[in-house]
Amino acid sequence: MPASDASLLMAGTEDHDLTRLDEYREVGGYAALEQARALEPQAIVDAITTANLRGRGGAGFPTGRKASLLAKGTGKPIYLVINADESEPGAFKDRDVMRFTPHRLIEGCLVTAHGIESQSVFIYIRGEYLHEFEVMRSALEETRRAGLLGGVTITLHRGAGAYICGEETALLESLEGQRGQPRPRPPFPPVNGLYGAPTQINNVSTIALVPKIIELGAEEFARIGVPSAPGTAVFSLSGNVVNPGNYERPLGTTIRELIYDVAGGVPDGRELKGVIPGGSSVPILTPGQIDTPMDYDSVQAAGSFFGSAAIIVVDDRCCMVQLALRAAQFYMHESCGKCTPCREGTRWLVQFLTKIESGHAEATDLDLLDTVCDRMLGKSLCALGDFAVYPVSSYLRKYRAEFEEHVALRRCPFDGESSIEGIFAPVDQHAHKPHAVPA
Amino acid sequence: MTSTSFYDRVQELRRSYPSSRSAVMDALRLAQEEHGGWLPPEALRQVADAMDETPAYCHAIASFYDMFHLEPVGKHLVEVCTNLSCALAGAQGVLDAFAAELGVRPGETTDDREVTLRAIECAGGCGRAPVVVIDHVYHEPVRPENVSGLVEELRARE
Repeated sequence: MPASDASLLMAGTEDHDLTRLDEYREVGGYAALEQARALEPQAIVDAITTANLRGRGGAGFPTGRKASLLAKGTGKPIYLVINADESEPGAFKDRDVMRFTPHRLIEGCLVTAHGIESQSVFIYIRGEYLHEFEVMRSALEETRRAGLLGGVTITLHRGAGAYICGEETALLESLEGQRGQPRPRPPFPPVNGLYGAPTQINNVSTIALVPKIIELGAEEFARIGVPSAPGTAVFSLSGNVVNPGNYERPLGTTIRELIYDVAGGVPDGRELKGVIPGGSSVPILTPGQIDTPMDYDSVQAAGSFFGSAAIIVVDDRCCMVQLALRAAQFYMHESCGKCTPCREGTRWLVQFLTKIESGHAEATDLDLLDTVCDRMLGKSLCALGDFAVYPVSSYLRKYRAEFEEHVALRRCPFDGESSIEGIFAPVDQHAHKPHAVPA
Repeated sequence: MTSTSFYDRVQELRRSYPSSRSAVMDALRLAQEEHGGWLPPEALRQVADAMDETPAYCHAIASFYDMFHLEPVGKHLVEVCTNLSCALAGAQGVLDAFAAELGVRPGETTDDREVTLRAIECAGGCGRAPVVVIDHVYHEPVRPENVSGLVEELRARE
């Protein structure tokens, strides 16, 4: 098999039950750990750097550089924290990594812990992923019984439902038993992270790739994908495609290939209207942009973000004002409330979009909406405030005529026929209290 | 389960972290399970006592996270994701079908206190949308025509 077709993260899952230690060993599992432990820690960090591994969680930060930022010799423990709080709308890759190949994540944790000289790993798993937590717990127990932990403690920590805890400093706050609200930076986590100690935070899919870097060798790994972002990613395809699901492909695979060759195209002979390439928080791309390769730099050059490689496909049955409203309602629901521009701005976005969709907006409201977006961007401690803006401002810019039509007609031009007509958002069920239950 | 064993289990949780407060989410989860799926004031006092913290601190944590309930809920929890991918796959039809079958609006509990219906944000099943989570177990995908069967199955449970 040519390297470009290699399956790395999900390798072996097609014909093995990799939730079991013995089967994971059959496909070469834990050989990389043994190899790694025979090396000096710095050699692991060097291999990750040479492989040019970049974070699969959203920001695409070089993993090796992140490791090199850790404060050494502070007399405090060094913590490795795995972000398994996958909550970005459209993303469901880490869930499959944990439930189908939990040992690959555990091995990645142990190899990385050796590299950064950490004795203590925390895996923060979103609360809703109960099944995945159970799979991880039993895999971890097998690893412990097999004597593979080598003195490293891996703690599984369950979240309790908060999108914001995927933001790394909010995750640390939550792990410390606080409300999940982001911290001001600096200090950055590699200097002052969990319990005030140097902390490295990585996404599940990033760390689960680390054993493959050791197994294949950094140079060989770097030949997969594109030079600026080697390796594979699990692309999550959802929305209006014939075969939604997770597909592992090399970075640099084009959006067109992913939608049409991999996921079977747009159903029912409908027209493609837009593609959200990296989860709901990134700017939308138009059908003319689908030859963009899915890697960090190419997607950014196209005006959006690779994000979590969660591709949401939207066909021509969908009203873009409704889509923007539903996205805005999500961010309003999930804003932690700490920073005013995000807390108040998300509410304003929802109010403007509701006004436009219901046919009560004036033409000037579209410019006002744009102004609100401008005044939110870059104004909060974390990126949630920006994430709320990207869908709204990009739909408004790229589908401006549709927004203007709502204003001119004083109603939704879809006339009740949009594919997401009347979609109910959880934020609206907080407006009234649930039925009082009789005692 | 007696309150002593709840207390003991929380002590065990506290010891499993370098800092005791890290156990608060697990402690709240445990208390919620023991109080019929929600956290009445006495549950928060119980957690506070076991955590050696104030009830106000426990309330601050519980009120932040979506999976903690500060109002009564039914014996069963039916949660329908209505975020973008599920919406595009027809989630509203599924939510409407549950509402009709159960006779409640999203956020409400049936009069017999058996089932609470909620719309939720992205549950991470976008590739098998629409996603419905019943008592923390994922059902994916669910179509409106599956709803009456799921409710019947739920009602048949003790």
